[in-house]
Amino acid sequence: MRIASAWQAMDQQPLRFLATGWPWRSLGYLVSGAALGTVVVGAFAIPASGLVLGGPVTAVATAVLLVAGVLAVGPWLAALERWRLRLVDDEPLRPPPDPPGRATGRWRSGRAWRETGFAALSVTGLAGLDACVLGFAVVVPVVLFASPVDDPATWPLVIIGVLVLAAGPWTVAAWAGARATLTRTVLGPRGAELGAGLADVAAIRERLLGAFETERARIERDLHDGAQQRLVALGVSLGLARLDAGEDTALAARLDDARDQVSAALTELRDLVRGLDPRMLADHGLAAAVDDQARRCPIPVTVDLRLPERLPPHVASAAYFVLTEALTNVSRHSAATTATVSGRWHADQVVLDVRDDGRGGADPAAGSGLAGLAERVALVDGRLRLSSPDGGPTLVHVEIPCRFA
Amino acid sequence: MPLRVIVAEDSVLMRAGLTGLLDRFGHTVPAAVGDAPALLGAVRRERPDLVLTDVRMPPGHTDDGLRAAVELRRTDPALPVLVLSQFVEPAAAEALLDTGDGAVGYLLKDRVADVGGFAAAAERVAAGGTVLDPEVVQRLVRRRRDPVGRLSPREREVLDLMAQGRSNTEIAGTLVLSDAAVNKHVRAVFTKLDLPADATGHRRVLAVLAWLRSGR
Repeated sequence: MRIASAWQAMDQQPLRFLATGWPWRSLGYLVSGAALGTVVVGAFAIPASGLVLGGPVTAVATAVLLVAGVLAVGPWLAALERWRLRLVDDEPLRPPPDPPGRATGRWRSGRAWRETGFAALSVTGLAGLDACVLGFAVVVPVVLFASPVDDPATWPLVIIGVLVLAAGPWTVAAWAGARATLTRTVLGPRGAELGAGLADVAAIRERLLGAFETERARIERDLHDGAQQRLVALGVSLGLARLDAGEDTALAARLDDARDQVSAALTELRDLVRGLDPRMLADHGLAAAVDDQARRCPIPVTVDLRLPERLPPHVASAAYFVLTEALTNVSRHSAATTATVSGRWHADQVVLDVRDDGRGGADPAAGSGLAGLAERVALVDGRLRLSSPDGGPTLVHVEIPCRFA
Repeated sequence: MPLRVIVAEDSVLMRAGLTGLLDRFGHTVPAAVGDAPALLGAVRRERPDLVLTDVRMPPGHTDDGLRAAVELRRTDPALPVLVLSQFVEPAAAEALLDTGDGAVGYLLKDRVADVGGFAAAAERVAAGGTVLDPEVVQRLVRRRRDPVGRLSPREREVLDLMAQGRSNTEIAGTLVLSDAAVNKHVRAVFTKLDLPADATGHRRVLAVLAWLRSGR
C-alpha cells in the first residue's frame, strides 16, 4: 500500500516508520510551524505595543491597523499552511475554487473568514503546541542527559531521557498528523466548493433514485392493471366452471384445486405489489406504514420506532423498504418465533435494527434479498451490517445519514 | 329475487367476468361502465338494486370509484353499494361505513373468485346488510387488541364472522358448529364486550362494527 502521510506511515509500519523520512518531515513541519508562529506573532507584537504605550487615539488607530493587517495576511498565511502541509502529507490540498464574481466573493462565501481564523489559530495556539511538543520530544531529553554533568547522583534521569527521546519520533509525528488533519479539514473545499466532480455524483444519485421510484411505480401499475386483473378474472371463470361441474366429480375437485392456486397466486402478487407501492408510507408516515407491515408478518413483531415526525422523503422511503424487506426475510427464511424492529435518530443518522430469534446463517451471497437491501441503503449513502451466526439470532443493522436542513 | 346491478370496472376482462357471474346467479346488469362519471350517470338513469364498483378507475386512476360510491350514498343513503378493492385500505372501508347504516359492502377483489360466496355477499348488501372483508375486520380487531384478548380463540372467530356481516347459520356452517353452539359463543362475545344483547340481524353487525371502530 502506498503511504501518503505521516499518520499512515506510523499506523501501517510502526517500526519501519523510524527508517523512513516521515519522522524528519514531521519534525520539519513542527519546527517550521513554531518558527512561523514566532515570526508572525513577533511582527504583530511590535506595532501592538501602540495599544498600551500611546494615548487613546494611538490605541484605536493601532487596533484598526492590526485588524486590517490580520485580514490582509490571513488568506496568505492559509495558503502557506496548505503548502506546508506537503511536508507530512503527499496528497496536495487544493484551495477551494474562487467563487465567481467580485473580489469580495471570498469573504462573502465565508471562505476567507475561515482561512483568517485558522491562520490566527495556527500562528498562536497551534504554534505554541508545536513548541511544547518539540520541547517534550527534544529539549526535555537533552536537559535530562545534561543533569548528571552537574550532579552525578542524578544519573537515573538519563534512562528517562533515553525513553523520552526514543518515543520522540512517534510523539512528533502524532501531533504533526493531528495538526495536518485539522488543516485539511478547515482549509479544504467543503459542501458546494467540492466542485463539479462530486456534484455529478450527487446528480447521478438523484437520477438513480428518481428512476428507481418511477420504475417501481410503473411495475406496480402494470401488475395491478395486468396480471392481477387477469388472475381475478381467471378465478371467476374457474368459479363459474366449478358451478357447472356439479358436486363430487373429479372435475370439481380439480377446479377447486385450480381455484386455490389462483388464490395463492393473488395473495403473493398482492403482497408483492404492496411492497412496491408504499401508499401507506406517503399517506400515514413511516411509523404507521411499518406498523402495518409488522402486523402482516406471520410472527409477532415488536415495533419501537423513535424517529422524527417528518423524515426527508428519500430517507423514509429507504427506511421503509429496508424494514419491509428485512421483515419479509424474517418470515421467509429465519424460522423465527419473534422479531423486533427498532429505529432511532441520533448524531445525524437514522439507525434501524431488525432482530429475530431464528436459525441465523443468513448469507447475502445466497440471494436472500440482502444484497439488494445493501444496494438500496448504499444509494442513500447508508450502510448495512449483518450479524447472523449459524443457529441465530440474526441482526440487520442499518445506518442512513439524515440531516435536517 | 333477481337484482338489477350496475357494474363499474375499468378492466374489460373483469367487467365481463363480473357481468357473467351475476348473470349466472340470475341477476341482470342493465349497464356495465368503465369510469366514475359514467357510473354516476348510469345510476341516475337506471335506479339499480345494487351498485358494484372498483376503487381504482378512470379518470383519476386513484380512488375515483370509491369517491363515486360515497357520493352516491350521500345522495341516497339507502342505495346498496358494494365496493371492490385491490388492497385493503381500512380508511376506505370506514369512509363507506360512515355513509349510513347498512346496504354497504367492502370486499377485496380476490374474493370474487369464490363465486358463490361473492354472489351471497352481493345479495346480502342489496337486502340492506353490511359486508366487510375479513382482512378489514382483522385490522379493526387488532386495533382493539386488549379487550379482544379476553375472548377465547373460538369467540374471536365468531366475532370476526359477525363483523363481516354473517348470520348465525352462516357462522355455524363456516366453523362447522351447531346453531346452539354458535348462539352460546355469540352471547359470550356480547357479554364480554358489553354490547347490547338484544341486537339481532343487521343491528348486531352494526353493534359489533361500532364497538370495533370506537377503539381508535
